[in-house]
Amino acid sequence: MKIIKFNNFYRQFNIISLILIIISLILLLFKGLNYGVDFKGGTLIELRVDPGSSKISLIRDSFNQMNLGDVSVKNFGNETDYIVKFEKQNSNDPKFIDNIKQKLSNSVGNVDFRRVENVGPKVSAELLRSGIIAIGLSLAAMLIYIWIRFEWQFSLAAIIALFHDVIITLGIFSFFSLEINLSIVAAVLTIVGYSMNDTVVIFDRVRENLKKYSDIKIFELTNISINETLSRTIITSITTLLALFSIYIFGGEILKGFSLAMILGVIFGTYSSIYIANPILVMLKVSQKTIIKEEEN
Amino acid sequence: MLYFSKLRVFSVLIFTLIFSYFTLSNFIKVDDEYFSKNIKLGLDLQGGSYLLLEIDNKPVVTQKLQSKLLELKRYFKEQKIILKNFTIDQNSILFESNNENVDKVKNILDDDKSEINQYFQQYKSHQFDFIEDNNIFKLTLSNYGLVLLKNSSLDQAIEIVRRRIDEIGTNEPNILKRGNDRILVELPGLDDPGRIKSLLGKTANLTFQFITQSSEESFGTEKLMFEDSTEEAIVSKRIILSGDNLVDAKPTMDTQTNETVVSFSLDRVGAKKFGKATSTGVGKRLAIILDGKIISAPNVQEPIIGGSGQISGDFTFQSATDLALLLRSGALPAPLNIIEERTVGPDLGQDSIDAGILSLIIGFSLVVLFMVYKYKIFGIIANLALISNLFLLIGVLTLFEATLTLPGIAGIILTVGMAVDANVLIFERIKEEVKNEKNYIIAFDSGYTKSRTTILDANITTLIAAFILFFMGSGPIKGFSITLGVGILTTLFSVYFIARLFTAFFVIKNKNKERII
Repeated sequence: MKIIKFNNFYRQFNIISLILIIISLILLLFKGLNYGVDFKGGTLIELRVDPGSSKISLIRDSFNQMNLGDVSVKNFGNETDYIVKFEKQNSNDPKFIDNIKQKLSNSVGNVDFRRVENVGPKVSAELLRSGIIAIGLSLAAMLIYIWIRFEWQFSLAAIIALFHDVIITLGIFSFFSLEINLSIVAAVLTIVGYSMNDTVVIFDRVRENLKKYSDIKIFELTNISINETLSRTIITSITTLLALFSIYIFGGEILKGFSLAMILGVIFGTYSSIYIANPILVMLKVSQKTIIKEEEN
Repeated sequence: MLYFSKLRVFSVLIFTLIFSYFTLSNFIKVDDEYFSKNIKLGLDLQGGSYLLLEIDNKPVVTQKLQSKLLELKRYFKEQKIILKNFTIDQNSILFESNNENVDKVKNILDDDKSEINQYFQQYKSHQFDFIEDNNIFKLTLSNYGLVLLKNSSLDQAIEIVRRRIDEIGTNEPNILKRGNDRILVELPGLDDPGRIKSLLGKTANLTFQFITQSSEESFGTEKLMFEDSTEEAIVSKRIILSGDNLVDAKPTMDTQTNETVVSFSLDRVGAKKFGKATSTGVGKRLAIILDGKIISAPNVQEPIIGGSGQISGDFTFQSATDLALLLRSGALPAPLNIIEERTVGPDLGQDSIDAGILSLIIGFSLVVLFMVYKYKIFGIIANLALISNLFLLIGVLTLFEATLTLPGIAGIILTVGMAVDANVLIFERIKEEVKNEKNYIIAFDSGYTKSRTTILDANITTLIAAFILFFMGSGPIKGFSITLGVGILTTLFSVYFIARLFTAFFVIKNKNKERII
């Protein structure tokens, strides 16, 4: 089988990754994330109108006259469906939604509210906090697990690769102002699991090869290991992406953000297992001694 | 070893068949309470309303402070200890003592067996903490006392919420405690929660109080608004009768005025009190007050001694029905605020199910085709494992009656994509082993053995992520974590028991062929 010289490009790809991470961090710091009602609080209404000419401006005008704060109206899937989001949430007034529906149908005609989400400021702050805790906790859990199963150098490399995937995925969401909601948190956690999975497979092989060949330098050894596991890496990425693309295309509008985050995560996760995790092992000068010393202990 | 005992083959088969049966029971109607189980659909798939209510405990705390203040006043008076300046300031009771009594008061407040510390005897902890500074005492609810107070008001509130919802008769409502000041309400199939929200938003504190003649507010009276106008009236603070004494309430038609009214009947104590008050108060106006607003204030024409009466006040039949329902179910201990609401209409739920199933079928087919293209006969084996995996996964979810949500469906599809990974790892390893080992049986066996730790490591990482999601996530996300987590377990089963069985059969049969993988 032909050996691909992945290790010849370690440096170049590391620079690209570093640039992407810096851009992502800048975006996250200055542009921020586009939080949905789950994390920002407010009201979301998914509504359907009778088919016909586009009613987006009519709907927008009608909502703007209702004094609901910042209103955003977007088409959602097909042209009869819209998502309306606004800051105001007043779930204690039981007529709040009914009144909106009444006013809207006066100007737009028949309206069907298919989904209403109303999240108070206290709840949204809690959801955001528990989302951040969940992601932090999962990163910590992975770190500990890999630490137990491997040596610290591997653990560190794997965690840096994970941060890389999470930061760049969030950076892309920030760049395109894609909405961050609860399902994106679920996607990020799954990405963490997947990316780790991918890294572990290569690391297992690196460790096995370290035991087998005492004379090969880690720089070459990582490349051998990557190549030996390459067809598995590709096949698994392909089947996972096939499943994810089918959710993205056929799974309906609600799952679009989730599947997109997952798709990005799988792509970056696969890439980082090769081009982030392995170069770090090289930088940390991992050798046969590293694992043998551990085993003696 | 590639050898499988008959017993093992048999148990794998039975196991798979049992779970496949449960999977199929979702689609086929069986009249058997033990074996006919169904996956529960989450609110996002079947449509319905999710409400998170938070109890506002301020009134409960204030009430507690007031009653404690009265208790203390009475007790110290009995003990002939003179204290002054009793006040309630935010969350504490303040009073002042003279110099000589300070230590006495301290001892009484500290005394576990004192009459005013009955709470201690029950809970082995003080309900109130106190500090003394310059002869001024400050009593504040202790942490434990506050938690207990909140819990008991939450328990009461849940009971009332349950009664109100049951009265409306929605199907299978789910009412749960969350923390010590929240109630979660799930109402499947309800797409307009407006009425429930208005019913839960009312405390429904009903009182009967006389309207006084004076036009100025004074000690012992209060100024209240009328419900349906801007008019005000001065009412006496003395409560003649409260909603606690009501045993029944229903909407009726007053035959004389042709108005919709709410008629009520009182328990014995209430009837007595009401009779006494109305016989001394003939000619006065009796205000019927709900949540601090006067609904109506009729003139008392004659003593009402029968223990029943009616409330009039511009009701429609609907509003009279709702008021009667509120009165029957009783008052909440404190107001409830709705802090989160999510409602999905039934047709959107159905659309989500359709889209979910479509993407499952397409995703599944693509993966299956790809595996056959890549691994030929072993692809088919991997696919058999994948199909049984799917049956096992849905079977397990059905057996435990887990809730399936839209993200949960996404989790199933994702499992399909990732499940082949273990088989891919094994097949790739076998390919390597076959290069050096001419005996296929040994090569296959070491392929399985050598890939095992990798597969375990790789799956445990995803399992960790699923666990964290399960404990941190809510609603639909929890559904995702369940399918993802269970999916990993069924994947490992299908790979190590099902796919391996087929692989073993195939290899033993074809061990003398030139090239089999």
